[in-house]
Amino acid sequence: MADIAAPNATVLAAGSRSGLHKLMQRKSTIAFLMALPLILLIAILVAYPAGYAVYLAMLNKSMSKFVGFGTFEFILKRQAFWDVVYQSCLFAISAVIFKAIIGFVVAHFVHNIPAKGQRKWRGMLLVPWVIPPAMSTLAWLWLFDPSYSAFNWIFAHFGISAVPWLGEAGWARFAVILVNIWAGAPFFMIMYLAALKSVPEQLHEAAAIDGATWWQKIWYVNLPMMRNIIAITALFSLIVTFANFDIVRVLTNGGPLTATQIFATWAFKVGIESGDIPQGAAVSLFMAPILAIAAAFILRNISKRGSEV
Amino acid sequence: MGSKRVSRRRFVGGTAALSSALVAAPFVRGAYAAGKLSLGLWDHWVPNANGATEKLIHEWGEKEKVEVQIDFITSQGNKLLLTTAAEAQAKSGHDILAMNTFLPARYAEQLVPVNAEMEKLVADNGKVNATVEYLGKVGGNWLAIPATIGSQIKGPCSRIDYMKQYAGIDVQKMYPAGAEPQDKDWTLDTFLKAAEACHKGGHPFGIGLGTTSDNVDTIGAIFHSFGAVLVDAKGEIVVKNDQVRQALDWYKKLMAFLPPDVAAWDDASNNKFLVSGQASMIMNPPSAWAVAKRDAPQVAEQCWTHPFPAGPKGRFGPFLPFFWGTWNFSKNVPAAKSLLMYLSQASSAEKMVVASGGYDLPAFEKLTKFKVWAEAEPPKGTLFSYPDPYHTQTLSIAAAPAPHKIAEQIYNLGLQTQMAVRYFKGEALEKTLDWASGELEGYMRN
Repeated sequence: MADIAAPNATVLAAGSRSGLHKLMQRKSTIAFLMALPLILLIAILVAYPAGYAVYLAMLNKSMSKFVGFGTFEFILKRQAFWDVVYQSCLFAISAVIFKAIIGFVVAHFVHNIPAKGQRKWRGMLLVPWVIPPAMSTLAWLWLFDPSYSAFNWIFAHFGISAVPWLGEAGWARFAVILVNIWAGAPFFMIMYLAALKSVPEQLHEAAAIDGATWWQKIWYVNLPMMRNIIAITALFSLIVTFANFDIVRVLTNGGPLTATQIFATWAFKVGIESGDIPQGAAVSLFMAPILAIAAAFILRNISKRGSEV
Repeated sequence: MGSKRVSRRRFVGGTAALSSALVAAPFVRGAYAAGKLSLGLWDHWVPNANGATEKLIHEWGEKEKVEVQIDFITSQGNKLLLTTAAEAQAKSGHDILAMNTFLPARYAEQLVPVNAEMEKLVADNGKVNATVEYLGKVGGNWLAIPATIGSQIKGPCSRIDYMKQYAGIDVQKMYPAGAEPQDKDWTLDTFLKAAEACHKGGHPFGIGLGTTSDNVDTIGAIFHSFGAVLVDAKGEIVVKNDQVRQALDWYKKLMAFLPPDVAAWDDASNNKFLVSGQASMIMNPPSAWAVAKRDAPQVAEQCWTHPFPAGPKGRFGPFLPFFWGTWNFSKNVPAAKSLLMYLSQASSAEKMVVASGGYDLPAFEKLTKFKVWAEAEPPKGTLFSYPDPYHTQTLSIAAAPAPHKIAEQIYNLGLQTQMAVRYFKGEALEKTLDWASGELEGYMRN
């Protein structure tokens, strides 16, 4: 019996070993194992906090009772919340549009600078993006300061009356969007510049032979070649801008009244400052469906273009 | 190498002998025999003010053989608030934590009651004001000890010269140093006339209407002066009342004489407005004066801190207290209580007040006449009236007497300043009240 069983066991062991060996040799397994540290990191730093936020949002104000979607229902009925939705959309969409336009234009300028001096310009133009926003926004705060605005000081020299940069709802919204554009446009610029550099020169030469103007080259050559990068950059920036906290917090703290409150600052205001953590968590979670819709819309177009190619 | 076997009988015998010896041995008190204690205290604005507190705590630690660890946590960027929230969630952290205004009530279920300690402190140091009691005593239990460090009255800090020149008011005569106040005529009407005169003179009052603490504290005291309550002590919304209407009307008149951007002011704006020499008056503890003393001595020489004007329902001044709370997860509650009693003695409180240059304000009645306030200069006597030594005003907090969980939101979301700005910007009064009523309904959520 032992003589018969022994070869079978050996075959089985060898079989399972070769199965494991095969599994380990598969590209997908290796890819999974190599990505595992990152997956674990994301699970700890993203999935757990996100899950915990969902759990918190389903508690009552004193966090003693599970109320399901009660907190979400509550905030959907609050005018203050809808003001925040409007302001967040206005802030994020307008900032991303302007960042994309400025980034696109500046990328073309930089692309046309001779290679020798281009590095200098690239470095200088990236400065707003590499300064921590909380610090650069402080400098902007001094420029816009209600009482000592440097801009108003200059205006006064030209006889122009002072602008209530942070004191009026319209101007305050303009100010926070402007600072966000200033800080974020270099990211678009560098991404678009990279995309421009990957456009084959032959296409431009062919367009030139066909008598295309500079505008036609941009419209019929550069733009189609850059579409995917434009879309992905816009999506990435939309996510980051939507979740912005520091610029609004430092510049206006959501004011005047609540005219510049956006999701993150409002969540902090009601959750941490006013002691309603479940409501704060629920407010911040509302960013997810809005961004998911935006992502689905933008990525759907990308896959379309991919299949066209 | 041979080994020696220990039999079971021999092991049991040896262990028993060792145990007997340990129990019979005399108690030898080690360097830190009474354990450890960690504190998270508010990091003071005033340079070197932390030093006095640190010294007092270490003195106590040496005496009581307790190893003490102190973290001074800044309130800049809400770091102290975030630390409190994190420790409450984690049920772990410091034994004692500094908490301001509504936080003891927010964390009532996680704090160790200090009824016996407060009874003793009141017997020694005198009564505490009603605001401290409202904020620190919940459901009949004292939840925390009123802290000297960081507690403050945000009263008017007036420019002596501008008030005299433009409004014809001698603030030094009205609130003389070392003597009883002569403030019979210091009313909200006089205040409004003075605001108008100073505005015309090019040096307006610097009173913010943003949603941060300084702004909310001021409007809170003015509302109290009119008897204007938004939510009563039972939690009923009573915002649509004549007192609130009167208070908003008064604020509308005042705002016409304030800088045009006050709706965007934060807690630093009024300080800057004073130090720059533009303001005839701001509402602030003496920190703005202290900065002026360092950066603009000519401004500091003209500053005089004094109580609020009186309204139809009396004279109210905003008091912003800090508390020292002991978490119920603390492993050394007796030591925590002992330290807090030590820090609350009159002699300890005076050392802290002196180190803060008079900024800190003990909540106890008998601790409002330390020499430091009478001697502070320039000008001599500038802070004499800061602690309200003659108790001419009722110390208050915005949103009281509403239940804490509602009041906290009225306060932190700046509901009263928002109402004033809306009305000032042209919204019909009843519409503003409707809007406020809707907001308050939202605050009722449990």
